[in-house]
Amino acid sequence: MAKSLSKVWVFGEATDAKVATITLEILAKARELSDNVEVIYGGADAEAIAKTLGDHGASRVLATGDLGGGLQGVAVAAALAAAIAAGDGAPVLLFGTTYDGRDVAGRLSVKIDAPVITNVADLDLLGDKVVGTEPVFGGSINVKTTFTTDKPQIVLIRPKSFAAEPSGGAPASVGSLAVPELGAAGAAVVKTRFVEEATGPKLDEAAVVVSGGRGLGESANYALIETLAKLLKAAPGASRAIVDAGWVPYSYQVGQTGKVVKPLVYIAAGISGATQHLVGMKGSKNIIAINKDAEAPILGVADLGIVGDVHKVLPKLIEALQARG
Amino acid sequence: MNVVVCVKQIPDPADPGALDPTTKTLKRDAKLILDESDSYGVEMALQLVAAAGGGEVSLVSMAPNNEISGLRTALAMGAAGAILVSDPALQGTDALGTAKVLAAAIARKSPDLVLTATESSDGYTGTVPAQIAELLGLPSVTFAKSVSIDGGVAHVRRQTEAGYDEVECPLPALISVTAGVVEPRYPSFKGIMAAKNKPVEMVSVADLGIDASQVGWAGGGQDIIDIAAAPARQAGEKFEDDGTAHERIIAFLEQLKVL
Repeated sequence: MAKSLSKVWVFGEATDAKVATITLEILAKARELSDNVEVIYGGADAEAIAKTLGDHGASRVLATGDLGGGLQGVAVAAALAAAIAAGDGAPVLLFGTTYDGRDVAGRLSVKIDAPVITNVADLDLLGDKVVGTEPVFGGSINVKTTFTTDKPQIVLIRPKSFAAEPSGGAPASVGSLAVPELGAAGAAVVKTRFVEEATGPKLDEAAVVVSGGRGLGESANYALIETLAKLLKAAPGASRAIVDAGWVPYSYQVGQTGKVVKPLVYIAAGISGATQHLVGMKGSKNIIAINKDAEAPILGVADLGIVGDVHKVLPKLIEALQARG
Repeated sequence: MNVVVCVKQIPDPADPGALDPTTKTLKRDAKLILDESDSYGVEMALQLVAAAGGGEVSLVSMAPNNEISGLRTALAMGAAGAILVSDPALQGTDALGTAKVLAAAIARKSPDLVLTATESSDGYTGTVPAQIAELLGLPSVTFAKSVSIDGGVAHVRRQTEAGYDEVECPLPALISVTAGVVEPRYPSFKGIMAAKNKPVEMVSVADLGIDASQVGWAGGGQDIIDIAAAPARQAGEKFEDDGTAHERIIAFLEQLKVL
């Protein structure tokens, strides 16, 4: 792909000075599109992440500085709109489909009255226009969408769409991005941040994921998933159905809404395989599915499909693994 | 306290339909239902209004064809009334156009609080809540795991990658709620009967003072240039459990060196 864009902006995210994987994934793609990749960062510790960002292809990081507890969506969008109005904008802005990425992209789209192409799993250029590929209907169909306006092109990219790889660049230089007065829209303030005790690998980074669905029958049976996950050093996940039913929190959800996972092994227990779920896990290298319905769509994508009752198979599997020690 | 809940009426996810190859939009032939994602916002609104000791829950929705069956479900849960923006010009409207329409309809109600889902189950762009907030000049807290209101300030637990943030936000504001935050009530028989007589105000895009060029395909500023089947993933071995399925799974995991 020709590096034909004069500049690309990538919305960067980090926790405790550790750059988010999705940011590195997007940088890997961005540097194919342009020699001038800048990271937009809504925080104070830009110096601490400049080396990693540079190593992944960013030449510069533009940081807002401390937001004083303010949420990123409104502040970063206002800062971007001001920079664009001042003539310093980039023709393409890439965001991860994350909590803050969607907030910034949404608010910015209103400020500059420009559309957003969402749920992008791959992207190309057609001249100076981005073409985003969005998987729909459980990933069975790919829809390609492009922009027809000359406004800055805002794109939201799904996690795990590109492989994060260092390019060996020098540390990114650090510049500032001024946040204008936000008024009433900026009134929400973070009072406390809670880090939830993670009892194992992260869902979107684990080599093995064990997910449960409605086929477990009742909330208490999710313990089978947690036990199996622990034995396999896996992350526990869930279908949307049992998240909606309140069995497990939203952060467990694998699917088109929720997390996208691509582990070495994905085990789906009692999940029928609604398109909503398939989009989030079809990229797994190996899929094991257990479902009592031989016609369940999940068995159509499984490398090992067990037609059986999770209430019988899971306890035996757990027992056998425990016996191995 | 008055709350507006944005709700979407969608094709039954159990029967997801298809893309129309000529119009390149989702075919919506069958009866539409209330997006389950929105039932949490409706329930949350009813609980917050009850806790505030008074006020009203109104619905705002948009559809190209006067569809109201999904709205009736939310009205039967207890919402007082609805505004439905229904206009053939809305066919093909993208997220930004949708947000402009919903924001204009919400503005008619001047609510203390706007609630939305995090994203719809059929379109799932996930940008509409932030876009509505920006259009209305409101602060927003997206991806709420819990919400309480105290003295005109919302206390929200907002989902983050690491856990959650405790966020304070003065009203008026917009909050998007994740699934499972509350247990949506089932409409009672009385509720269902009452819903039939609750007001549903039908308005057009022009009624909201929005130019038709802002919505529909033309207003989108984007175009679908290709629709193609994705490479299919092949199913592998299928094993009918005869009491030894766990051994098959272990053998498979050993082969992958997970065990």
